[in-house]
Amino acid sequence: MRGKEKLFLLLAILAAIGVSCISSMFNRYYLGIAIDVGINIILAVSLNLINGHTGQFSLGHAGFMAVGGYMAAKLTLVCGPMLPPAAQPFLFAGALLFGGIVAALAGLAVGVPSLRLRGDYLAIVTLGFGEIIRVIFQTSETFGAATGLTGIAKLTNFGWSWGLAAVTVYVVACLVNSTYGRGFIAVQDDEIAASAMGINPVRYKVTAFVIGAFFAGIAGGLYAHHKAVLSPGGFDFIKSIEIVVMVILGGMGRTAGVIVAAIILTILPELLRGVAEYRMIIYSLLIIGLMLTRPQGLFNFGKKGAS
Amino acid sequence: MSAPLLDLEKVTIKFGGLTAVCDLDMHVGERELVGLIGPNGAGKTTAFNLITGVYQPTSGNIQFCQKPTAGVKPYKLSLRGISRTFQNIRLFASMTVLDNVRTAMQGNRAQRVRDALLRGRTFREVEARVEHEAMELLKIFSLDQFHGTPGKSLPYGDQRRLEIVRALATKPKLLLLDEPAAGMNPTEKQQLMELIRFVKDRFQIAVLLVEHDMKVVMGICERINVLDYGRKIAEGTPEEIRADPKVIAAYLGQEAVDA
Repeated sequence: MRGKEKLFLLLAILAAIGVSCISSMFNRYYLGIAIDVGINIILAVSLNLINGHTGQFSLGHAGFMAVGGYMAAKLTLVCGPMLPPAAQPFLFAGALLFGGIVAALAGLAVGVPSLRLRGDYLAIVTLGFGEIIRVIFQTSETFGAATGLTGIAKLTNFGWSWGLAAVTVYVVACLVNSTYGRGFIAVQDDEIAASAMGINPVRYKVTAFVIGAFFAGIAGGLYAHHKAVLSPGGFDFIKSIEIVVMVILGGMGRTAGVIVAAIILTILPELLRGVAEYRMIIYSLLIIGLMLTRPQGLFNFGKKGAS
Repeated sequence: MSAPLLDLEKVTIKFGGLTAVCDLDMHVGERELVGLIGPNGAGKTTAFNLITGVYQPTSGNIQFCQKPTAGVKPYKLSLRGISRTFQNIRLFASMTVLDNVRTAMQGNRAQRVRDALLRGRTFREVEARVEHEAMELLKIFSLDQFHGTPGKSLPYGDQRRLEIVRALATKPKLLLLDEPAAGMNPTEKQQLMELIRFVKDRFQIAVLLVEHDMKVVMGICERINVLDYGRKIAEGTPEEIRADPKVIAAYLGQEAVDA
C-alpha cells in the first residue's frame, strides 16, 4: 500500500520517456496518433473529475483547452527564438504550466458564478462560456484571429504526452481516493446530505472545476505543440462533446474506463479512414449502439467507491 | 439551569403569504432528549431546516452554543456540531457503508488537496485513523460486517441506522432526527427507541427528535414541544402532553376533547 501510487507515477513517466527515446523507430503516423491518445486521456480524465466524480455537467472543456493551447503556443512563439536549443524543453515545460495556470484561472472565473446552477442549466452555461472563449481567440489579432497561430515549434513528443497523462491520472485518482476527496463523490451523490455532513459543496465544485481546467489547459498546450498550428475552429463545442462522450462511454467516475474510452475513441476515427465519407456515420452509430447496450458506461461494473 | 445548547427565540419563517413557523420558542439543553411533534404540515421539518441553516428565519433568533446561527451555511453548522438525518433517507448512493461514514468524518480532519496528492506520512496516518474510527462506529451499531456493501443495498432499517452512524461520525453536540420511525413496523420502532436512548447515553449528546408517531416520542423524550399550524401549542413532559386538551384537539379534532 505504502507509496504504491507514487511508484506507479514514476514508472509510468519513465516508461513514457523510454518509449519516447526510441520513438524514431516507429511510423510517424502511428506515433502521431499515440500522442493524440495521450492528450485525449488528459482531457477525458480531467473532465471526469468534474463530470464524473463531482457530478457537475460541464460542456466547456474545449474552451479551457483553447486557453491553455493559445497561451502556451504564444509563449513559445515569442520566447522560443530568443533562447538556445538546449533551453527549448524548459521553455516548453514553462509554457505548458503557464497555459495550465491561465486555464485554471479561467476555470475559476467561469466556475464561481456558474456552479450555483445544476444539471442541464450548468451544461448550457459552460457551453456558452466555452464558445465565448473560442470567439475571443477568433477575434483577437494577437492570437491570429480566424487563421489562428502557425509555425508553433513541434515540441510535443510521446514522452510529454503520456508522461503528463500519467500525472493527470495520478492527480485525479489520488484526489478522489482520499478522505478529502470523498467529498467530491459526496457532492455528486447528494449535495444536501453532503452539506449536512460538513462538506462545503461550492468549494468542492470549484476545486474540481479549477483542477479540471488546469489539465485541460496542459492538454491544449501539448496539442498546440503537436499539431504546430492552432485554429479557433478546433475548439468548438463539438470538441467538448467528444470529451464528454469519452467520459460517458468509459463510465462516469471510473478513471480506468475513461482512459480506455479515450484510447478507443481516438483510434476509432483513424481506423475508419478507409471508408471515408461514411466514417462519421459509423462512428456515431457505434456510440449509439454502445449507449443502448451499456448506458452505465463500457467499464462500469457497479463497484463504484471501492478503491 | 445553564444556558441551553440550542435556543430558538420567536422564530418565524414566511414563504410568500404562508407562515410556516410562527413565533417558535424552543430550547434543547446539553444531553437532553427533546421531541418535536405535530400533525402533518405543522412545520416540523421546516423548523429542522431552520435549525440546520437550510432556511433563514424571516424574523427571530436561533443560537447554538450561545452563538447566533443567522447566515451560517449548513456545512458550517455541521462543523459547529449540529448533525442530522433525513426524513427520506439520503445516503451517498454510490458509496459503500464504510465510505458513507468516512465521508462524514472529512469535515473534522485537516486534510487538504496537497496531502491527498503528496501521500506523505501524515496522509497515511489520517487515512488509517479515519478508517479505524469509522469501523469502530460501525461496530457499535453492528454494521461493521457490511462495510464493503453499497449503502443503498442495505435493508431499510439498516439504512436508517447507517444514517444515524453517519450523522454521529461528524462528532455532533446535537443530533437532529427527522422522523426516524417513518415506514417502520412496531418491532422496528421499539428497537429504534432503544437505539436513540443508547446513542444519547453513549455519545453524551443532545437529541432533537421530530416524529409524528406519538408512541415513539412519548416513550423516550424527556420534554416534548407540540406544533400545530406553525405555532407551538404545548410544551411539557410526555404525561403533561398526553393530557393537554389542545394537543388532543390538534391530533384528533375538537370533538374528541368535547366527548
